[in-house]
Order: sequence, then C-alpha cells, then structure tokens
Amino acid sequence: MRIELVKRPQHSAMFSALSPFIALALTLGAGAIMFALMGKDPLEALYYFFIDPLRETWSLHELAVKAAPLILIAVGLAVCYLSNNWNIGAEGQFIIGAILGSMLPVMFPELQSWIVLPLMLLMGILGGAAYAAIPALLKTRFNTNEILTSLMLVYVAQLFLDWIVRGPWRNPEGFNFPETRNFHSYAILPEIWPASGRAHWGFVFAILAALALWFVLSRTLKGFEVKVIGQSPRAGRFAGFSRARMVIFAFLVSGALAGLAGISEVSGAIGQLRPSISPGYGFAAIIVAFLGRLNPLGIIAAGLVLALSYLGGEAAQISIGVTDKVARSFQGMLLFFVLACDMLIHYRIRISRPVRAIGGEARAHV
Amino acid sequence: MQTTLEDPAGPLLEVRGLTKVFGTLKACEAIDLTISRGEIHALLGENGAGKSTFVKMLFGALEPTAGSILWKGRDVAITSPSEARRRGIGMVFQHFSLFDALTAAENIMLSLDDPAPASAVAARARDLSRTYGLPLDPNAHVGDLSVGERQRIEIIRCLLQNPELIILDEPTSVLTPQEADRLFETLERLRSEGRSILYISHRLEEVKRICDRATVLRHGRVVAECDPRRETAASLARMMVGDEVQPVIRDKPAAAREVLLEIRDLDRRASHPFAVPLAGINLAVHAGEILGVAGVAGNGQGEFFEAVSGEALQERPDAVRIGGKDAGRLDITGRRLMGAAFVPEERLGHAAAPFMTLSQNLLLSRHRTDARAFLARLGIIRGTIVARAAERISAAMDVRKAGDDPEAAALSGGNLQKFVIGRELDRQPRVMVVNQPTWGVDAGAAARIRQALIDLAKSGSAVLVISQDLDELFEICDAIAVMHGGRLSAPIPVAEATYEKIGLLMGGAEPGHAAAPMAEAV
Repeated sequence: MRIELVKRPQHSAMFSALSPFIALALTLGAGAIMFALMGKDPLEALYYFFIDPLRETWSLHELAVKAAPLILIAVGLAVCYLSNNWNIGAEGQFIIGAILGSMLPVMFPELQSWIVLPLMLLMGILGGAAYAAIPALLKTRFNTNEILTSLMLVYVAQLFLDWIVRGPWRNPEGFNFPETRNFHSYAILPEIWPASGRAHWGFVFAILAALALWFVLSRTLKGFEVKVIGQSPRAGRFAGFSRARMVIFAFLVSGALAGLAGISEVSGAIGQLRPSISPGYGFAAIIVAFLGRLNPLGIIAAGLVLALSYLGGEAAQISIGVTDKVARSFQGMLLFFVLACDMLIHYRIRISRPVRAIGGEARAHV
Repeated sequence: MQTTLEDPAGPLLEVRGLTKVFGTLKACEAIDLTISRGEIHALLGENGAGKSTFVKMLFGALEPTAGSILWKGRDVAITSPSEARRRGIGMVFQHFSLFDALTAAENIMLSLDDPAPASAVAARARDLSRTYGLPLDPNAHVGDLSVGERQRIEIIRCLLQNPELIILDEPTSVLTPQEADRLFETLERLRSEGRSILYISHRLEEVKRICDRATVLRHGRVVAECDPRRETAASLARMMVGDEVQPVIRDKPAAAREVLLEIRDLDRRASHPFAVPLAGINLAVHAGEILGVAGVAGNGQGEFFEAVSGEALQERPDAVRIGGKDAGRLDITGRRLMGAAFVPEERLGHAAAPFMTLSQNLLLSRHRTDARAFLARLGIIRGTIVARAAERISAAMDVRKAGDDPEAAALSGGNLQKFVIGRELDRQPRVMVVNQPTWGVDAGAAARIRQALIDLAKSGSAVLVISQDLDELFEICDAIAVMHGGRLSAPIPVAEATYEKIGLLMGGAEPGHAAAPMAEAV
C-alpha cells in the first residue's frame, strides 16, 4: 500500500479562508481527548483553559502582556516567510535585544533621565537586528541554510544570557540570585492604563508594527518585492529585485522587531534580566505567523489566541492541577493542524495498492 | 495486434457532449469527437480554444462537468492519469517532465506504475526504440540529451504502457525540421499497427501532411470536422480563428542605421552542470531591424538571453552595449532604464509570477521604468493606474481572460504570452529582446505577436528574436543567425537564407562562426 499526496487542480477559496478556524476546532477536539486521557473532565478543562482567562479585566491585561511579544515577533517573521527566508531564531534575537537594551539600567544605573527608555528601546531594536544579520550574512555569503544557523544561534543567545546574569551583570545587592538589578523607574516601559492592569506599551508597539507592516506588504513596492521573491524567485530576478538584499532586509526587519519585543518584555513586564525571560515566545510566534496566514492583521488575532493558550496553561495548572506543559502541547497541536489543513486544501491523499506485478516480479525499491 | 482501419467493434473513442466549466468560463462546451482505430486525428484550435482542457479530461487530469466518454463502446469515467494509462491512453506532454541527473532508463522506470528492475526497463526501451525508429541510448543521462532525444524518452515511456490511443501535445514545437520528419515516420508506423493518435498542433502544414481527420475547436466548441488533406492551410486557419488570419506585412529590410544593441565577444561560463557555456558571441542589431537567432532548444539560447537581459552580468562593460553605451555591468533594471525590454521564454515563473494578478505582473517589469506613473511617494503602488494600464495592454493585444484582473496562471499560454509581450511593447522600447515569442501559441495569437514585433521595428527600434520556429524567423526577420553549442553563426540576410542552410547550421554542420563584427554582413 502506498500513500500519496496528489495536488488538487483547483483549491477552494472558502476552505483557504476557513482553514485557521478548522485548525482551531480540531485543536480543541484533540485537546478534549487529551484531557479525557489524563482523567480530567474535558469540558471543564477546556473552560478553564480558554474561557476563564477572559472573564476578568486584569486577566485581559495579562492577555495583552503575553500577546505583545508574540505579535511583534510574528509580524516580522511574516516578512521573512513571505520572502522565503526561514528565520527560526527569533527567540535568540528576542534575548539579544533584551540584553543590549538592558545595558543602560544595568551598567549605568546612575543615569536617570527620560532619555533612558527611548535609548533602551533603540538598543533593543539594534541588538535584535544585528543578531539576525548573522544568519542573513552567512546565507548571502556562504549559502548556508538559515534554518540551521538561526536556530543554533538561539542556544548561543540563551547561554549568553544565562552567563551574563550569573556573572558580570548579577545584582550586587541580590543575595547571589542569578538576576540583574531591578530597573529604575526611568527604565520601565509604562502601563497603558495603570489603574486596571499590567498591560504595557509593548502591546501598542505590536499593534502599530502590525498595521505598518500590513500597509507595507499590501500597498507598497517593497511589499510587492517581498512577495514576488518569495513566490517566484526567477520572476523576482527578472523584475530586477535582488534576492541577497531581500535576505538581509527580511532578517533585519524580523530581528529588529524581535529585539523590540525582547526589550519591551524585560522593561515592561519583568523589570530586570533573569536566566529565562521568555516562555518560548520566539518559537510560538512561528505558529502565530502561520495561524495568521502571514497577514499582519490576521497575526494580531492569532497572537491573542496563542497568548490565551499561555494564560490557559497557567489557569489550568491552578484550578484543575495539570502540568503547564499542556500549554505547549496545545501550541504544538495548533501548528500541526494549521499546517495539515493548509496541506489538505492544496493536496488530497490517495491510497493506492500496487497491482501485483505479473509473474510475481520482485518489488524493486525505486 | 494487426487491426484494420474498419474495425467491426466501432470507434476506439467516442466523446459525447463533454463539457468543462470553470467558474463562469465554459472552457469546453458539448464537445463531440470520434477517433477510429488506426487514425491520426488532429485537434486544432487557437489558444484558449479548450484543447488543453479537453485532453486533460481524456487523460483523467480534470473531471468533466458533463458529458460522457465511450472507450471501445463502453461508457467510462477516467478519474486519474494512471487509470487512463491502464485503459490504454498514453500522453506525451509538450513540457517534458524528466530529471536531468538521471539516465533515460531511470526516468522511464520512475514513471511506471509497476516497479521493475532498471535493466529490464532498459532492455524493453531498447527494443521499442529499435522497433519504432526512435534512436536512444537508455543509459545516457538526460542532461546530455537534445530536446529531440528527450522527446523520444517521453514517447518510449508512453509506448511501454502499450497504449491504443496516444495523445501528442505540440510535439514538433521543439524539433528541427529533420527531427520532425523522423517523428512523422514513427507516427506512421504506429498508425500502421492500428494505434490511434490524437495530434495537437498549431502547425497547419504538418496537420495536412500526416493527419487523417481534424477537429477544430473555437471558444470551447467544435466548429468544424474535416479531412485536412482536402483543406488549405488558409482554410484551416480560418476555421480556427473564425476569420481570415492577417498575413504579416513586412517592409523592405531596413537600411543599416544606428546600432542599438551590440554584443561584443560575449563569453559565459556554465553556471550549473547542465548549462551551456557561451563563447565568442558577436552581433549587432540596428534601428529598424529584426535579427533572428535560430537554433534547436538547449544550445545556449536561455543562457544568451540571461546575459543580454542583465539577469547575468558580464565581466566587461562593453560585452553588451545598448544604444551605443556600455551595459555589461548593469543589471536588468539598469538596462531597462536604457530603453531595452525583455521577454523570456518561460511565461510562468520567469516572465510572470503565476499567482499574481495581471496588474501585479505589469509592475513586475515596469516598476522602475514607469515609477513616475505607477508609484506615489514612499513606494506606494497606485493600484487603479496600474490596473488601468494592464487593461489597456489586454485590450491592445486582445488578451482573453476570465474576470477583470485574473492571476497569470489562470490565462491560457497564448493569452499570457500576448500580455507579457504587450507589457513591453506598451513602453515603446528602443531595443526589444524576445526569446521564443510564439512558442506553443496558436496561429491567430502568433500572427498578432509577429505583426507587433514588425511594427515595433518599423517605428525605429531594434528587435532581437530568439526562436526555434524557422517559419517564424523567415517571416519576420531581416537576417538570421544560428546558435549551436553556445556559439553564434554570422547572420545570413533572409534573402540569401534557405531552410536547408539554416537547418544544417542548427544541426551543427558548421561549428564556430565568423568572429567579425557583423555590421557589413547585414
């Protein structure tokens, strides 16, 4: 028996549009099965996971806190993926942006002025972009595979962060905990409505970035260039667009946004550097980008959905006592179903049994 | 095996009322067609007439909306190409699907439904190639083979399934006249065995020569069925187009004027293992002149086009000169800004991005030359102006399309070709370089494209046409040079050129060429 994927001659526009919703529904179904296997009431578990976090104002703020980095990173990744550049290293760019952005409050805590925060954000952007430039340059100069290089650089960044908060940047008044000093008030990204919850300006940056990139991608020549090179590299060359310059551009944009997400998270949500500053935002953002159909407006919605899975994980941990790894498995299932739905919209599965070869001819391994 | 023409069991294939609807477009409407055993049946029609859709339904690649297919008198549903093959329908496509890095036998093996060892496949392939006069070495790598030989692989691959009906889609469009003659002998042998052939072509002379019957499609309907031998090429063309095909009108050859495109000692190393290196190419195209480059596919035309267009840069700035200025170090955008325009061979994926709309594809080649009209500040695209320009081009070139601004891939080959040529003509370029302007394009569209190129030259531009179609080059060019093995012969003025002379050069009879500048040769 052989299983084949056969390209459909025409694909349905309706199912293309519905695909993220179908994937979401399938994820919920599979999640219910998973909870049942764990011996929990599936409906109750799903309620705590996906509904309960939306019932209170403060938890809506938490949703925005979690969604901000996801959306910021994912819109940058959309530029990469649309132009056929597979940046898997946003997590690393996020961390380096956070580290470089934290330089002022950690190394020069006596510098207290309104200028500190803008400089921090700028340095975070530069840090992320510079770190993303490494796989980009390796790709354009040596034709390396950016999937591997960008991914491996994530581990470099994580270990560098671990070292710097345990070593040179450890808080001298911190009782030897592996943390930097707490940021002073000029280094804190303020809350949007301090009275009602913790959501900080990072969420505003995320929405602005998504709107700006939506405009660039859909209305300008640059966006056209991104899509032509991604869809049809040879036509892109015929148009006179440079593939190498596009690699650099896409990585710099996504690195810069990941860096901005990193410094916003540290200065808005955490207030200091720690050995771990991200619950995998850089990887979850890949799911966000695809769930949002690589469209920045779709990504805003998808970012909120993924943020909910983080909150739900925490809530389910407390209320029904399941491990927080459940959140990760939800994210994994979501990506799986999104990709599977997209695949099945363009291809159909055919199971064929080989007709017995005449005279029992040996089954050659082709 | 021996079956007579008059088969008591009735026709081999009978199609009744076959219809295919895409959205609002009726690609095929109530087509009736009968193919007897041992007959070569021509399917004629303009681009977009529904030929491809029709054969795709016969071959199981598309599902009919309505109608029935009777195979040997039995009503059948052909749901997939492999089922078509099982029933005895084989197809040789216009675009080959072969792996360059594998041998002929390995390529054949990959396509078999029943796996068989390579040696057995090679032996059977060798038998078939001997029986049908299709010389082929099964152990040769496809990358080293000529287009004619590659086509033979496809034909043998098809014959291995022992088909009773063979569908050939534009089989001679890539062959030299000599290779085409050899193909016709093979087809006649297949017919004498009682096999039937459905022959799709736009070359009317060929159809008159080898086909027993012809069905003519226009706008998705059968408009005529006839014996092509009793028709003239003009009457067949009239059936296809609906009115008399305008013969292309050409003025006297342009007197030597300003040189607008000049290539000096162009060399290019092979950029990948299957590319053809170019060596010592010289040519000059004057204002008002059309220069043709003939040659069998795969002799360096694609590499030459990339070098001239600037998709591949030259080391010396003066290797390519446009309008009297060095352009060798400029990319394609720089060369366009000097007044040159280019149309590559591959329509989908090179000249046009398949899943982008026509107006986006207009922007593809003209975003810099027409930046003032098409772009606002900050690179914002003026969508309505671009769409209007695309509509103007479609109207000027009579591009038939479903919807206002469809994706490029939704157009038939000929209509897309008219669009990508019109896209460049709309700029009134001083230099126009076209690779295979009418490849796989029907008579009506081809005549329109050729006339447009002649009109452009008449208005004082220099036109370089790379083509495998000798009839076309003789029809429109002032002089013809031949490319073989990455070298270019000196151009022969069309008045002195004959098919034999050019055909021999295409076959490599006279390798190398005069390296002198050709200003005086024209």
